[in-house]
Amino acid sequence: MAKKLPSVDALMIGFGWTGAIMAQELTDAGLNVLALERGAWADTSREFATTFAQDELRYFWRHDLFQTTAHDTQTIRNDASQVALPMRKLGSYLPGTNVGGAGVHWNGQTWRFLPSDFVARSHNLQRYGADAIPDTMTIQDWGVTYDDLEPHYDRFERLCGISGKAGNLKGQIQPGGNPFEGPRANEYPNPPMAMSYPPTLFAEAAQGLGFHPFPQPSANMSQAYTNPLGVRLEKCTYCGFCEKFACGNYSKASAQTTILPMLMKKPNFRLRTECEVTKINLDSSGKRAVSVTYVDAAGEEVEQPADLIVLCSYILNNVRLLLLSGIGAPYDPQTGQGVIGKNYAYQITSSVNLFFDDKILNPFIGAGAHGMLVDEWNGDNFDHTGLGFIGGGYVGVVHTGARPIETHPVPDGTPAWGGAFKKAIAANYLKTMSIATHGAVMSHRGNYLDLDPTYRDVYGRPLLRMTFDYTDNEHRMSDYLTDRAADIARAMKAREIKINRRKGSWDVVPYQTTHNTGGAIMGSDPSTSAVNRYLQSWDVSNLFVMGSSAFPQNPGYNPTGTVAALAYASAAAITQRYLKAPGALA
Amino acid sequence: MDEQRLSRRRLLTAGAVITAVPVVTAAATFGGRDVPFKEGQANAPQAFDNGSAWAWFTDAEAAFITAAVARLIPADDLGPGAVEAGVPTFIDRQLAGAYGRGERWYMQGPWSPGLPTQGYQTRLTPAGLYRAAIKAVDAAVVRESRGGSFAKLAAADQDAFLQRLEKGDVALDGLDAKAFFAQLLQNTMEGFWSDPIYGGNKDMAGWKLIGFPGARYDNTEFVSKHGEKYPLPPVGIKGRVEWIRS
Repeated sequence: MAKKLPSVDALMIGFGWTGAIMAQELTDAGLNVLALERGAWADTSREFATTFAQDELRYFWRHDLFQTTAHDTQTIRNDASQVALPMRKLGSYLPGTNVGGAGVHWNGQTWRFLPSDFVARSHNLQRYGADAIPDTMTIQDWGVTYDDLEPHYDRFERLCGISGKAGNLKGQIQPGGNPFEGPRANEYPNPPMAMSYPPTLFAEAAQGLGFHPFPQPSANMSQAYTNPLGVRLEKCTYCGFCEKFACGNYSKASAQTTILPMLMKKPNFRLRTECEVTKINLDSSGKRAVSVTYVDAAGEEVEQPADLIVLCSYILNNVRLLLLSGIGAPYDPQTGQGVIGKNYAYQITSSVNLFFDDKILNPFIGAGAHGMLVDEWNGDNFDHTGLGFIGGGYVGVVHTGARPIETHPVPDGTPAWGGAFKKAIAANYLKTMSIATHGAVMSHRGNYLDLDPTYRDVYGRPLLRMTFDYTDNEHRMSDYLTDRAADIARAMKAREIKINRRKGSWDVVPYQTTHNTGGAIMGSDPSTSAVNRYLQSWDVSNLFVMGSSAFPQNPGYNPTGTVAALAYASAAAITQRYLKAPGALA
Repeated sequence: MDEQRLSRRRLLTAGAVITAVPVVTAAATFGGRDVPFKEGQANAPQAFDNGSAWAWFTDAEAAFITAAVARLIPADDLGPGAVEAGVPTFIDRQLAGAYGRGERWYMQGPWSPGLPTQGYQTRLTPAGLYRAAIKAVDAAVVRESRGGSFAKLAAADQDAFLQRLEKGDVALDGLDAKAFFAQLLQNTMEGFWSDPIYGGNKDMAGWKLIGFPGARYDNTEFVSKHGEKYPLPPVGIKGRVEWIRS
């Protein structure tokens, strides 16, 4: 029998970016807030100090900051005809663990989605007609618009001190910024980062071809910054250990560097670490959440009641916990009915390597979101007529730093080992760069999440099963982006280029992105979505579900900016409306 | 590593599904005045055991590793190869530790070879895979009547054998030859280019070969110096080569 604790006003399940944002907002509103985190406490000085943070083996290859698959993983397969097997070793994506979650080892690439991204279905139908969206493509409008989210994007950018250059200020196109972005009320809080040689060469070539290169919006600080909560971040030192690493220098926005110093001091906030929620418990009507059950570090089962529950863990755990708790109808790919697990999507990437003879590029100088990009082929920024796909992505040079175990750019035809490999890497390492493409993944009827029938986690609960593959839409789109990247690469007059297309089925082995989306999607109709525009469960009105699990499909940008904006929008709806009259907000 | 974390680690390594476990520590609660910062408790990396004895490999296994990594990254006129850089010691210490035991990996059955897109599906831990695969490699060499072991083959024959392993073109007693080769190559690259505190990359030979300056904390001065050669020598977590060498 689980020990039962006194009730709290609000409970966060998971304590990464959205847990910290929501706890900050709800404690400001006067609630007694408790956060439960399954990982351990983690702070900069103890876990990733500058004296040992730059350790490629420990943090990336040995996964020191990432989720442990021994504890919990997903089973994976490309389609329903295959038997799903567990991802035994992390690869394609790297969920975080501990306080701060994946927001500790993210790059800091902080985007707003395009206005048309939020109305992907109606926009594409209107512009290209009914044939543009095949029956098997299950994309939906979000039920929320860019204009609705603009103030919340702005709030997150200010919290983090995002470095960037506006391209559209209140409808006026700004030189040097991204002219395709939605209108912004304000300029970025910090100027763009200083650019190293590779992004600069890309921008010169792209400009020469008539495109509009702009600095990537970055949560790496271009200068010291004190945020609205009074927390100070320091200037980035371009050490090149940002992507897949934690920053020891307080130069990358994370829960630790923006919110926790203030939140942890509040008398109405408590955090319990190493407490894993195993179930959300409902009352007999099934329409109200009354408590959660968790297992603490000692293995003891505890029941924690709460008036309001906010699910703030990573998308994959969010969806699994809903399924395990019997909240919402599970999605059935045969009938298309049900919502939990529906519209799982991901990201599709490719690259073009450039090898120079005459340019020393010092590729180890970098930061997580240190790049120059073009957005000409993202979303619906270009005419898709006759192309056979919808959606797009950005193209450019994001120079995160060439860590040497991971980065072995060698020309086509070079063996993977031996004397010829050694000669090639020695000759090319300092003179090589790469143009990346980062594309959207639309949702499709056969791509979904459910509970695995065979494999179990350490507590004996079913693992989440992921059924996912790229479809023709993604491959055509990614090939199109890769061709555009190659055009720009050729204009850069390198000795040679090497084109790395994304071919075949999705493969769990090579790292791609930690941009998993969907499975508890938002929308305006309870029969086709799991949560409403405020991320409130349609079925259980005192439960809110944060995160990219709400994305009905995945646009061509990195997700964190939108994840945070949706959290702020949800917090505003809770504090301004829900607390006055608890119940359905839509 | 503190007690709170150790307790979780014990749960993780229990292997089987947990139904009841002894009470080790209660969950940690933080907030209000109990901000969990503790001075002087940095979770610093654990350096390798500098002793001369093998921690995991038998002498026969060590002979294979030494011979194989010497072909994967050979010593030549560009500088030291994997052996000179300490890669065999690096792999040995890795296999003797948490990585070799596959501690972080999901290792519950049922087992099935799966498809290439489903990744690592062997029930062997990394250390176990090395043990079984090296034995099978030497058995294959004997079967092909080419002498006593891989380590005794001529360099050109070793290269040819490794190329076959790479393609999965050697019968390895039911083991996945390709997967073993991929792991050996990956661990060799790790040993050649990781921080020297783990036993490889001796004298920062790997970093010097390509011009990587190591754990440099501040590159601000050099971001905008486009096209200029970076002037500083490499530095590791414990400092520069001259400081580390006793």
